[in-house]
Amino acid sequence: MASDVPSISPQNASPIRPAFRRIRRTLINDPIQVILYAAGGIFLLLLLLSAINTITSEGFVLSQYIRRLTFGLAQGSIYALVALGYTLVYGILGMINFAHGEVFMAGAYIGFFAAYGMVEAGWLQTVPLLVLLITLLVGMGASVVVAVLLERIAYRPLRSAPRLVPLITAIGASIFIQQLFLRLFGGSPRVYPDLYLNVPGTRGECEIVNDVQTCVPVDLIAGIYDVRFLGLELTIRPLVFIIFFLALALMGGLWLIVKRTKIGKAMRAVAEDKNTASLMGVNVDRVIVTTFVLGAALAGAAGVLFALYDGRATPGMGFTFGIKAFTAAVLGGIGNIPGAMAGGVFLGVIESVAPALLGIPQQLEDIVAFGMLVLILIFRPTGIFGEVLAKKKA
Amino acid sequence: MLKNRVSLFLVLLLVAVVMTSSVMAQDGEDVIVESGDDVVIGLATILSGEGLVPLGDDITRGVELALEDRPVVTIEEEEFAVTLDIQDDQCSAEGGQAVANRFVSEPSIVAVVGPTCSSACRAAGPIFDEAGYSMISSSCTAPDLTAEDTGFASFNRTTPNDSLQGAAAAEFIYNELGYTSIATVHDGSPYGESLVNVLSEAFTELGGEVVFADSVTVGDTDFRSLLESVAAEEPELIYFGGFPAEAARLIEQRAEVGLEDVDFMGADGINTPELVNLAGDAAEGVYASSPVAPQSEAVEEFTQRYIDTYGLEPTAAFNTYSYDAANIILDAIEAVGTLDDDGNLVINRAELAEFIRSFGAEEPFEGLSGVLSCNGSGDCATGGIGFFQVTDGAYERLEVAEAE
Repeated sequence: MASDVPSISPQNASPIRPAFRRIRRTLINDPIQVILYAAGGIFLLLLLLSAINTITSEGFVLSQYIRRLTFGLAQGSIYALVALGYTLVYGILGMINFAHGEVFMAGAYIGFFAAYGMVEAGWLQTVPLLVLLITLLVGMGASVVVAVLLERIAYRPLRSAPRLVPLITAIGASIFIQQLFLRLFGGSPRVYPDLYLNVPGTRGECEIVNDVQTCVPVDLIAGIYDVRFLGLELTIRPLVFIIFFLALALMGGLWLIVKRTKIGKAMRAVAEDKNTASLMGVNVDRVIVTTFVLGAALAGAAGVLFALYDGRATPGMGFTFGIKAFTAAVLGGIGNIPGAMAGGVFLGVIESVAPALLGIPQQLEDIVAFGMLVLILIFRPTGIFGEVLAKKKA
Repeated sequence: MLKNRVSLFLVLLLVAVVMTSSVMAQDGEDVIVESGDDVVIGLATILSGEGLVPLGDDITRGVELALEDRPVVTIEEEEFAVTLDIQDDQCSAEGGQAVANRFVSEPSIVAVVGPTCSSACRAAGPIFDEAGYSMISSSCTAPDLTAEDTGFASFNRTTPNDSLQGAAAAEFIYNELGYTSIATVHDGSPYGESLVNVLSEAFTELGGEVVFADSVTVGDTDFRSLLESVAAEEPELIYFGGFPAEAARLIEQRAEVGLEDVDFMGADGINTPELVNLAGDAAEGVYASSPVAPQSEAVEEFTQRYIDTYGLEPTAAFNTYSYDAANIILDAIEAVGTLDDDGNLVINRAELAEFIRSFGAEEPFEGLSGVLSCNGSGDCATGGIGFFQVTDGAYERLEVAEAE
């Protein structure tokens, strides 16, 4: 056809012209977008200037900021693990599972009982690594049980209902689980026993008593060490890095499951089109349960890791955490696995580094974090990694 | 023009009607307890919330012991049993509002002990004011609750005002501990914020310096970045206005930024064994100020009774204050209550409020928690401030000259 023949018209002779036209078209058709872009741009510039100002000022100590970065990495990795659960369920079902924060809480809380029981039984002295692993597995298991029950009781009967219905159910389920734990176990926080994992053959803290040097090996969980690294004096808690790399590994595992296995293929098919997938012989119910199980296992692991980092578990801990993790998922592009990871780490790091960098009180960390969310959504409405999904769904 | 004037007149008329009707409602409102029914006292305490339940339990136990002593009120030789309606104020503004609304919608509630936290008291104030209710809190210490322009007609307290505690703490830090540079952190609650404000002002006046001031958000768990900023200023002590959950994390996380040797101090909000439960070994050496009942035999006996009844040491410093608060309400009911022709108990809310407001004003009353003498703006306590330090896993009272 004639229209298919490429014609060299004056309009697209230069690549600048269409860009210019697009800008003009946005100016006329969507003035609010323009105002948002301008406001966002100016705000970003201000933030940047303020940050540069802090970095070049005299009081700037690099090691302080590196420590802040490590705190942010740990917190952010845990956000990321929880965010993966939000993203998975959204990707498959298109619903926001607001009770996911409580799934996280259940892992941390039930993990406590496992850890406490094993410490009481004296296992910690003999097999500390096993204690940690069992705590982690019990936490993951508890989260999986809660999530599967949640799916079966609260979500499955409503799967064909309008989208707002499961959303409200999710919020109700969230409150229900939280209150259930509160009534069952009381409002007092459960303080985790002091778990430890010594690395044999290493030397952590040494003290000299009567000219005899005695050294305690490096403790990976509770230990805090002063390290000299590239000429910087750093205080490092090894647990921070364990959390970060474990989170990365778990995310990698999830990525492999979704991309390389048969069930992963089925998940992607259901995400694409539930009805067609079921016509092609995919057991939709099983795929959805698997999705909840995967998300919950990650949340349970996050719960136990967080409890090791923070030292306690409470019935109310899932609420704020759920909101933060959900934010992270949106930030990274909801429905996208690497996006959830990136969004979580980004949120954690912004929370811990940005207030100091901008010279504002730390109390405003949430404002900074959520302000960044708004800024990013102005420029990328689908989140950092959101584009792939947006195309696929279209 | 005429139209405007007419509408203005109508508006004024409306305002006048509303005002008179609300005044009339206050004047005329009686609580009627039918013969054979119970007198119900509201108790707004903390039943949920991380690290807060022990504070609420302590208050509840004080009131329960008071009712154990006086299970009935006697009016004109007619006895009425007293029962409690216990509700959760969650130590928050939302919780205080919810509890207050619940109590005012329940006309059988005679008066209220509580709420527990200044945030909840502040939220409950306007609602109780409107309804003509009276509350006596045993733990709301924020100064503005009884200040001239921000106070509430319905609010009374048996615990000392924080303008006392903050100043005493400043003196303790400066004179007893000998520190001249401190960092302050509060939790954004009216209690924490006003306490830190009073303390900072008094500390600066003494000649000390507040080198760092910031606040945390209740429910947050990661204060490491905040502490990193604290560490940069190298204070000698961190002063915290707030409650155990956040305090315990600040105390624990000090070590992660190399601040483990810097002292930590709080106030009555953290003067509970729960802090040691939460923070463990890291809590060793932590200071806390707290209103204290003057040491007397009665208090010792009361504490022993507490331990015998509940099987544990007091979980906070509020039990004697809530004991007194409950007793003031019972006294007030006996003083203003009358019997009508059918033998029903009639309590006029306005008279009850008036009685509580001026309790012990002319003749100071010797309460369990010290001399009670309400000053007309809601402050009834005259008690002193004591100082405590965590030693071997428990708070020990320090020998300090008692602040006036």
